[in-house]
Amino acid sequence: MENFDILNALILLANFVIVPAISYGSQLAIAALGITIVYAVLRFSNFAHGDLMSFGTMTAILFTWLFQSLGITGGVLPTALIALPFAIVVTALLCLLIDKSVYRFYRKQKSHAVVFMIVSVGVMFILNATVRFIIGPNDRTFFDGEKFLIRALDFKASTGLEEGLTIKSTQLITVIVAIITMLLLFYFLQKTKMGKAMRAYSNNEDLALLSGINPDRVVMITWIIVGALATIAGVLYGLDKSFKPFTYFQLLLPMFAAAIVGGIGNPIGAVVGGYIIAFSEIMLTYAYKKFFIYLLPEHLEPSGLTQFLSTDYKFAISFIILVIVLIIRPTGVFRGKTI
Amino acid sequence: MIEKYRAPLAFLVMALLLAIVGFGQSWSVALGIINLCIISAIMALGVNLQWGYAGLFNAGVMGFTALGGLTAVLISHQPIYEAWSSAGSGILLSGFILISAVFGIYFVHKKIEKILLKRILIISIIGITLFGLNIFYGPSVSIIESINPAKTGFLGGLGLPIIVSWLVAAFVAGFVAWIIGKITLGLRSDYLAIATLGISEIVIAVLKHEDWLSRGVKNVTGLDRPVPYEIELQETTWFIDLIASINTSKLQAVQILSDRQDILNKLVIDGSSIFVKLCYAGLFILVLLIIYFLSHLALQSPWGRMLRAIRDNEDAASAMGKNIVAKHLQIFVIGSAIIGIAGAMLTTLDGQFTPGSYQPLRFTFIIWVMVIVGGSGNNLGSIFGGFFIWFMWIEAEPLSIAFISLLTNGLDYNSPVRMHLIASAPHLRLFIMGSILLLALRFMPQGVIPEKVSKE
Repeated sequence: MENFDILNALILLANFVIVPAISYGSQLAIAALGITIVYAVLRFSNFAHGDLMSFGTMTAILFTWLFQSLGITGGVLPTALIALPFAIVVTALLCLLIDKSVYRFYRKQKSHAVVFMIVSVGVMFILNATVRFIIGPNDRTFFDGEKFLIRALDFKASTGLEEGLTIKSTQLITVIVAIITMLLLFYFLQKTKMGKAMRAYSNNEDLALLSGINPDRVVMITWIIVGALATIAGVLYGLDKSFKPFTYFQLLLPMFAAAIVGGIGNPIGAVVGGYIIAFSEIMLTYAYKKFFIYLLPEHLEPSGLTQFLSTDYKFAISFIILVIVLIIRPTGVFRGKTI
Repeated sequence: MIEKYRAPLAFLVMALLLAIVGFGQSWSVALGIINLCIISAIMALGVNLQWGYAGLFNAGVMGFTALGGLTAVLISHQPIYEAWSSAGSGILLSGFILISAVFGIYFVHKKIEKILLKRILIISIIGITLFGLNIFYGPSVSIIESINPAKTGFLGGLGLPIIVSWLVAAFVAGFVAWIIGKITLGLRSDYLAIATLGISEIVIAVLKHEDWLSRGVKNVTGLDRPVPYEIELQETTWFIDLIASINTSKLQAVQILSDRQDILNKLVIDGSSIFVKLCYAGLFILVLLIIYFLSHLALQSPWGRMLRAIRDNEDAASAMGKNIVAKHLQIFVIGSAIIGIAGAMLTTLDGQFTPGSYQPLRFTFIIWVMVIVGGSGNNLGSIFGGFFIWFMWIEAEPLSIAFISLLTNGLDYNSPVRMHLIASAPHLRLFIMGSILLLALRFMPQGVIPEKVSKE
């Protein structure tokens, strides 16, 4: 088996780094898109986005339970995918309700962005409490259907390699749904009249008003999109891992990191930022010992775990990247602020 | 006219609320709430300096609180000599390597002009540092953590009285704030918020996982106390005499001697708990008053006026020749130092340091609610906000349970809906906080006690 060392090393890397990072990155990208669009159109940092995601996921879980009790399931696919459109509608309605009852007042007053941010903290508290009140603070898995696409054992048996590759079906679903979402979003922003109106409004509010764009409509569409993005991101993350309100609150920072690293206000930046954050989190905390054992001759093999940072610091990595980007290039990789 | 009585009226209401708890529940509970109210008020004063005076959104309150707590441990815990002698040098050396690396990179960044050379040098400094840390830091840490891990497993502290740490915490938090401020001030206001939120999470991550420093999530318990212990008080003659003389009439009403002794014992036990809390309250109030008067003086001074000028119109202030970033750095350091003091006091009151308990909702955003509800820019407002919001935070739980019970009165006692609602009632606490914040922002954006705008 000596000759397959390189292949084994690559499979090892794919199994523990590349596949998880791609799926986590897609989830972060969709979430960061929500943050970046609020920033571009409504011009504030929405601290409530994590809890909006958790609200959307909770709604999807409730619908999943309803469908399951009615005997409707997705077969090999998770039932949550059927519940997703319903959850999106509910979350989008909630966004509109919040906008009407809370944010609209400050928009009319032309309040400073920081005021909006503090208001979003208030919204965050209320959403957080609502979710915990309805579904409780505990961990919940709502995945059903076929769990694995490729199993490690089957993979080993069919290829004869020492290392196994596992791909969970949720990881494939994540990637497919994320790609569809991004394509639809970019098509909407680039090609449709409403999308162009949104971009114009984001670029220069006064000029957009002069050209006869209805600001209330732009804001309404924005919130619907944000609600949909938050729900999709939340459901994908919850399917892949599990749903816990506190975890979703904690996701706020990797999400902001992704949006800012890419260039806040720039949708392509948010997508790229999502993958940058996900890959760095996973690559920097992976112990490469086994990888090097495959590749290097015996006398060069590392004695330690060859890990850059202990897994304890997984959460800190996104903040460190964020801080570095803020110092070196505050506008992000793609110059941000317009969509 | 009504403006003049706002502050006294607000504090009167607050006193009444606390008195209701005192008479209704018990004075021990009320004093427990008051002590945390005072600590919250100090934190709110710190945030108010940054937000109310200078318009800086510091979302890293939790990090500075935890640093204060860490200082309390490092000052008051007995040193672990065994750990120091076996691996202390390794840790010190690692610290030295890290500091020289930082200075090295700074030097290279400032002095070297050529970009390629600069990058090569910086990368090689980082490489050498990682290599050096790998040799010295890793092994030292495992040695330290293996020494009596169930009880210590860390380097310990200096063994000084814990009250010293209150002052030191100001310097520790201030120093870290200086570093953070150097990095993040000058960013747009909402970037500052996100950056500080992130940095505070890094601080907590370090405290949770660096066991050699403060035992990480294994917590440090049984810290030194600046006030007497209840058990000791209950055996001290002067204290028993004091309790007896306060309750003379109550005791004389009891005829049987043994009964009288039992009642006295019970009174002494209750009294000792109240006495300890009173001692803490005395110390805390002293700190609160000192910080309040200093901030008040600062606000009235030309420096305070300049800060408000910068807050209200950065461009104009800049045109007048004020260095905005430098002034922001000053206020950021001072405000964070105050939060650090409060953090050390909190750990002192708890008698233990538990990094796992630091959560941004409880230690960052609630403090923000206090400042905004109390009245940003007004120190008295922040103190009131600290008292009122902490009071609500504690009392929200029993209130929401009572509310839910009332609401579900018509339902069957064992119905699943009722059971679920009762079990979820504590989560309404966050709901109440959010509602208070949103209502205050909407209908009372200046806060309960608004900033005084002097017309000179």
